[in-house]
Amino acid sequence: MQIRNLVTTLTLVLFFTCFSAFSSTKDEVKEGKSDIKTEIKEFIQHHLKDSYDFGITAWKAEDGTTKHFGFPLPIILIDEGVHVFMSSKFHHGETVAESKGKFFKVYHSKIYSTDAAGTITYDDKHHVANSKPFDFSITKNVVAILFIAIMMLLLFTNLAKSYAKNNGVPTGMGRFFEPIIIYIRDDIAIPNIGEKRYKKYMSFLLTVFFFIWFVNLLGLTPLGVNVTGNIAVTFALALTTYLITTFTATKDYWKHIFWMPGVPKAMRPILAPIELLGTVIKPFSLMIRLYANMTAGHIVLMSIIGLMFIFKSWIGSPLSFGLAFGLMLLELLVAALQAYIFTMLSALYFGSASEEHDEH
Amino acid sequence: MNDFSLGLFVYMGLIFIFLVLLLKKLAWKPILDAVNEREEGIRGALAAAENAKKELENLNADNERILKEARAERDLLLKDARDMKDNIISAAKAEAKEQQNLVIEQAKAAIASEKQAAIADIRKQVATLSIDIAEKVIRKELSTDKKQAELVSDMLKEVNI
Repeated sequence: MQIRNLVTTLTLVLFFTCFSAFSSTKDEVKEGKSDIKTEIKEFIQHHLKDSYDFGITAWKAEDGTTKHFGFPLPIILIDEGVHVFMSSKFHHGETVAESKGKFFKVYHSKIYSTDAAGTITYDDKHHVANSKPFDFSITKNVVAILFIAIMMLLLFTNLAKSYAKNNGVPTGMGRFFEPIIIYIRDDIAIPNIGEKRYKKYMSFLLTVFFFIWFVNLLGLTPLGVNVTGNIAVTFALALTTYLITTFTATKDYWKHIFWMPGVPKAMRPILAPIELLGTVIKPFSLMIRLYANMTAGHIVLMSIIGLMFIFKSWIGSPLSFGLAFGLMLLELLVAALQAYIFTMLSALYFGSASEEHDEH
Repeated sequence: MNDFSLGLFVYMGLIFIFLVLLLKKLAWKPILDAVNEREEGIRGALAAAENAKKELENLNADNERILKEARAERDLLLKDARDMKDNIISAAKAEAKEQQNLVIEQAKAAIASEKQAAIADIRKQVATLSIDIAEKVIRKELSTDKKQAELVSDMLKEVNI
């Protein structure tokens, strides 16, 4: 009975999520078929990128100006001194922001240094030639990451407290999270790393799993944050895996890279660079896999939602709505699956790095 | 690579590392410890139950063995008692027989001696009687010499011992 209730609730939430994603798209779209197409394309492009303000929705007013609903975020730039101001100064990329005698302009979701008029110059390959300041702004993605981090901290600290209070018996949320934690321990960490050494990797594996999962789920809400679809985020995650692998590696691991045992001696110098490259490619594949999966998921989902406005018919729109709904369910699975894959492969790499070979 | 944002990367890295470290101290360690402790507890309880079962089985086996031993001992005792009884009875029988034989012997001897005495007594009495008879006959018949002689010879014919 409880499971049925849960399923009903989830379905309803997803249903409305589709609707709200639809409503936020609608606001962007105006008349004209080709116009709609470019607008949808732009909207998707915009959605995939990070943003300097936390926009919830935007719409075109009667007088033709775009109205935005959301809140500004702090901009922190380093360009011959630190510049701190709110993103409202850009007026959603429409105006040039001035700070301590320097001028900045947002162009294609990036901040460039410009002159007072906000001129953007291009080189011969049509790339922006303006210099970019070091950008440490609290962007939408940073806010989302912070939000998830604080949420996880509160959630799991409370969970730990409830364990202490209830004498090690899980209650409430613990009943939901404990099987996942035990699954990560028993089916990801122990088989890949080994009974003896898995303990020191557990904190990373658990954190990375829940972080990616929660962030992916947040990406499916109408807030439209696309954290794991950002290469900087997946790079940071993969780099952590790489650093942990490298710093916990045993002598055997390096020996297998530089002087592979059990292979003819002449082959060993040839294998060494390949193996060495492999150590980098492994986390690199982690980074690309997560980034590509989440980006692709968002693009496809939003395109299908966008199709509704292109079809504008009694058959096409409900059809693409149904498709979007089904895809949403799939994305829900992908959110957990990608977290699982990242954790699983990280554990595999840790396992191979900390393994002690006795057989040679 | 134009999409790569250094600022986001730095924030992400820092937040993530802090998150791992904080959660390790505040959440994962206590949670995993609690889970481990509970699992150990369950494992311990199961082992204890198994031990108790084994002990009970041992105890039962012991009881069985003791019972068997007791039964064997009882049988032995009964057998001993029966043997003893038989011995006593046979011994008693033998003694009784001996006693009986002795009594019979004595009785026979007594009878024999009594018989001898009786015979001797009878002889004596017969002799006395014979003498009395002879005296009487002699007194009555031996009025004549002829008759006396006849009588003596008749009597002697009759009393032929």
